[in-house]
Amino acid sequence: MISPELRAKYTPTIGIECHVQLKTKTKLFSAVGNDAREAPPNTLVSHIDFGLPGALPVLNKQAVQLAARAAFALNSTPQLFSKFDRKHYFYPDLPMGYQITQYDEPIVLGGSVEIVVDGVHKTIGITRAHLEADAGKSVHPVNADFSLVDLNRAGTPLLEIVSEPDMHSAAEAKAYARELFLRMRYADVSDADLYYGNMRFDVNVSVSTTDQMGTRSETKNLNSFRSVEKAIEYEIDRQIEAIERGEAILQETRGWDDAKLKTISQRTKENADDYRYMPDPDLPPVIFTAEEVAAIKAQMGVTVEELRNKIHGLGASESLTEAILDQPPLVDILLATEKLLVDAGQMDRPNLGVQVTNWVGQLIPNIAEEASKAIDELQIVPQALIDLSIMYDEAKVSSTQAKAILKEVVLHGANPAAYAEEAGLMQESDEGAITAIVDQVIAENPKAAEDVKNGEMKAIGFLTGQVMKASQGKANPALATQLIKRQLGI
Amino acid sequence: MPVLAWQPIAAIARGVQDGSLKAADLVAQALAAIDGQSDFAAIIATTPGRASQRAAEIDVRVAKGEQVGRLAGVPFIAKDNFLVFGAETTAASNILRGFTAPYLATAIEKLEAEGAICVAKANLDAFAHGSSTENSDFMTTKNPHDPTRVPGGSSGGSAAAVMLNMAPFALGTDTGGSIRLPASFTGAVGYKPTYGLVSRSGIVAMASSTDVVGPLTRTVADAALVLDVMAGQDSLDSTTIARDAEGYVLDEATDVRGKKIGVVAEYMGEGLQPGVKTQIDEAIAKLKQAGAEVIDVSMPTLPLALAVYYVLCPAEVSSNLSRYDGQRYGFTAKEAKTLDESIKQSRSQGFGKEAKRRIMIGTYVLSSGYYDAYYKRAQTVRTKLINEFAEAFEKVDFLLGPTSPTVAFKIGENTSDPLQMYLTDIMTVASNLTGNPAISIPAGTSEGLPVGLQLIGAQKADKQLLQIAQATEGILG
Repeated sequence: MISPELRAKYTPTIGIECHVQLKTKTKLFSAVGNDAREAPPNTLVSHIDFGLPGALPVLNKQAVQLAARAAFALNSTPQLFSKFDRKHYFYPDLPMGYQITQYDEPIVLGGSVEIVVDGVHKTIGITRAHLEADAGKSVHPVNADFSLVDLNRAGTPLLEIVSEPDMHSAAEAKAYARELFLRMRYADVSDADLYYGNMRFDVNVSVSTTDQMGTRSETKNLNSFRSVEKAIEYEIDRQIEAIERGEAILQETRGWDDAKLKTISQRTKENADDYRYMPDPDLPPVIFTAEEVAAIKAQMGVTVEELRNKIHGLGASESLTEAILDQPPLVDILLATEKLLVDAGQMDRPNLGVQVTNWVGQLIPNIAEEASKAIDELQIVPQALIDLSIMYDEAKVSSTQAKAILKEVVLHGANPAAYAEEAGLMQESDEGAITAIVDQVIAENPKAAEDVKNGEMKAIGFLTGQVMKASQGKANPALATQLIKRQLGI
Repeated sequence: MPVLAWQPIAAIARGVQDGSLKAADLVAQALAAIDGQSDFAAIIATTPGRASQRAAEIDVRVAKGEQVGRLAGVPFIAKDNFLVFGAETTAASNILRGFTAPYLATAIEKLEAEGAICVAKANLDAFAHGSSTENSDFMTTKNPHDPTRVPGGSSGGSAAAVMLNMAPFALGTDTGGSIRLPASFTGAVGYKPTYGLVSRSGIVAMASSTDVVGPLTRTVADAALVLDVMAGQDSLDSTTIARDAEGYVLDEATDVRGKKIGVVAEYMGEGLQPGVKTQIDEAIAKLKQAGAEVIDVSMPTLPLALAVYYVLCPAEVSSNLSRYDGQRYGFTAKEAKTLDESIKQSRSQGFGKEAKRRIMIGTYVLSSGYYDAYYKRAQTVRTKLINEFAEAFEKVDFLLGPTSPTVAFKIGENTSDPLQMYLTDIMTVASNLTGNPAISIPAGTSEGLPVGLQLIGAQKADKQLLQIAQATEGILG
């Protein structure tokens, strides 16, 4: 273990390459489906993906449009001229013997994203982002003398986003990775489903005690924010320990063992491959006119920052806002809710927004989890959420009742008012009816009533509880307390 | 059975359509001509099953009164680097032995849609690397005029097949001269369209930025008709261009009167065989006599074209041949123990000498540290060449020169000297680098062997080039 003092002597420098899978219908260069998640092996393969003789790539225009959207999401603008190149190496899951990528003229050059760590805002530079085709997948069965290749993924469109080495802690790197996720997801560039490897991160880490950057390692194929953070923490400590032992840091590629929480050396860069990049003669350059770029920009929806402000503006705390942003289906619900509130002129009732954001951000994910359902499998009708929040705001239902109603609404599509009525979950706020119960409770609990009269106010809680019990939970507790006081003359 | 000459393609198709000719008979005639002349080694494989079936279908359709198409029942032969059904597609290479195409080349699809019938696959230099067919991994095709000589290459099998009357037309590909050179050596007409006019989809790639598909025929009119059927944009090839709205069929004769023709000075100097020069000079004289305005044109960058070509072409070749790793189709080395061994041995055993030579040159010029010195520089000169061609076509309508500095050489004469072999392409490669259309038409003989006259047109001026070529064909008789 390294002491915090020793760690503080070193400055880590981190740059990240992120591969984002674009949400196109078909592959980057062939008219075959792009959703390989549930497909049996080698069922999404065309003559192009298989690398047959005479097969030529045909560029997917939708992928180019999505990459252009990504440019705006990264505070940049798509290049008017970009082109494709061939990167050569032999591997069975690379059928053509080269990967089609963008080498020296990528579709995005420059850009930036903002991150916040411990309340401190920081700008991370984007060097470039380029389009490229994914390779297939090799499977090496244990104890077998063969390997298997699945080409379903071969040709999947990726956008590789390369950051500047602007990060100096694992926390910053994690925040950057999450910020990329939010931007790619909310710009509709990618489904950004990390579980299915829609975003994969390669982290370059070095440490140094001087202004001169140290030798870096590259840990490849991290597929969660947590693994980005943990791998970097591990690498920082590993490199500091090595330097302290007097060892040199090797420029190398490392892998991540998620079970052991360790990085493992894969190959050193001394015998680095020469990829023999060459412009791809089968593909004309990608050309945008200024008008086309303007049209794409005009189609961009709200930015992550705007979403953040909207959700926060509805009444969610900062931490709740971020938790909601992490779950895109929740954001969609809140956006629809916000629109309804604005349209109905109810934004001047801030309680409604606070209530809905709390339910959406906290209760609904819990309900989904208990029912073993995904958020988008629930029946979440924004108008029902508003109706329920009004019932609560007007004290027609208690907090507990509202929760019970909410569950029935989202699991079974119940109408809040009708269900509350039917299930007897409406709060009793009729003064006369509650007064009758209060009188009865006071008569049955003379000792407690006497205590209250003598100024022992905590006895009021007991009496209120008795009223609630007698009313089978329907009485408005605040009103009950108020009436107890009145009847006891205090 | 004597081998019969074929009528013009349009006449054959009309005959099939009006019932006076049977597609089945035409296919039988072609297959008989192929079988009877196998000594020339022009054909790698025939497709009798599929061809006969298609012929029968066409004859039935005609009997029902249906319009079959502009090439109804016309047999043709495809160079073996076209993906067709009914036989293997090998590109005359061992590494593709056993490969049967699961899809059709767009050019073949278009020809078949008009009723043409592919009857055979013609020999070539393996992967189209060569100028003589001697680089075929299977056999060397013999020149129909002199079996001790090469037919030119790489589309040597296609050219020989046409001159041996095996079919009315054959398809070739031209990357550095591979249609025009064999046309010149065998006395055929060989047409290289503007780059991108015919789809490359389904053609085993050689050098993608210069590969074009074109016909080998006996007449310019036949070449124009075949081009007309194949030309046009293809959604499967992003480098294709739109066809001329008027098409390419030569309906009416044009003459050369008033046409400005530039004789390329760089093609008429040193290294040109005297017998070839005599024929070209004579052709120039006849063109002048017919009213053409003939002037000398010089393009200073032209002498660099061959060097540029032999940097860029191997670079693209090395890349395009990467997919042949012995893992998915074609030849696989049997004795390999590991994946690395399997890829290495399959490629070592499957590729011939010339393919290996080009892979090595291409790999070298693309390597880091050498890319700028070779590949990038060559691209710069290529751009210069394109500009010089464009400037030349501001002054003249067409460029003229020999197709090759020599007539067909002896089999084995150049095989020990690759550089000498590469020099065969010296007059053809430039228009591949620039993309201009070019044609070789017969222009007499020298020592009893055919001489080819090359005409080059402006970018996309394929129709005009075919028109002047037809007029010249008439003048030269």
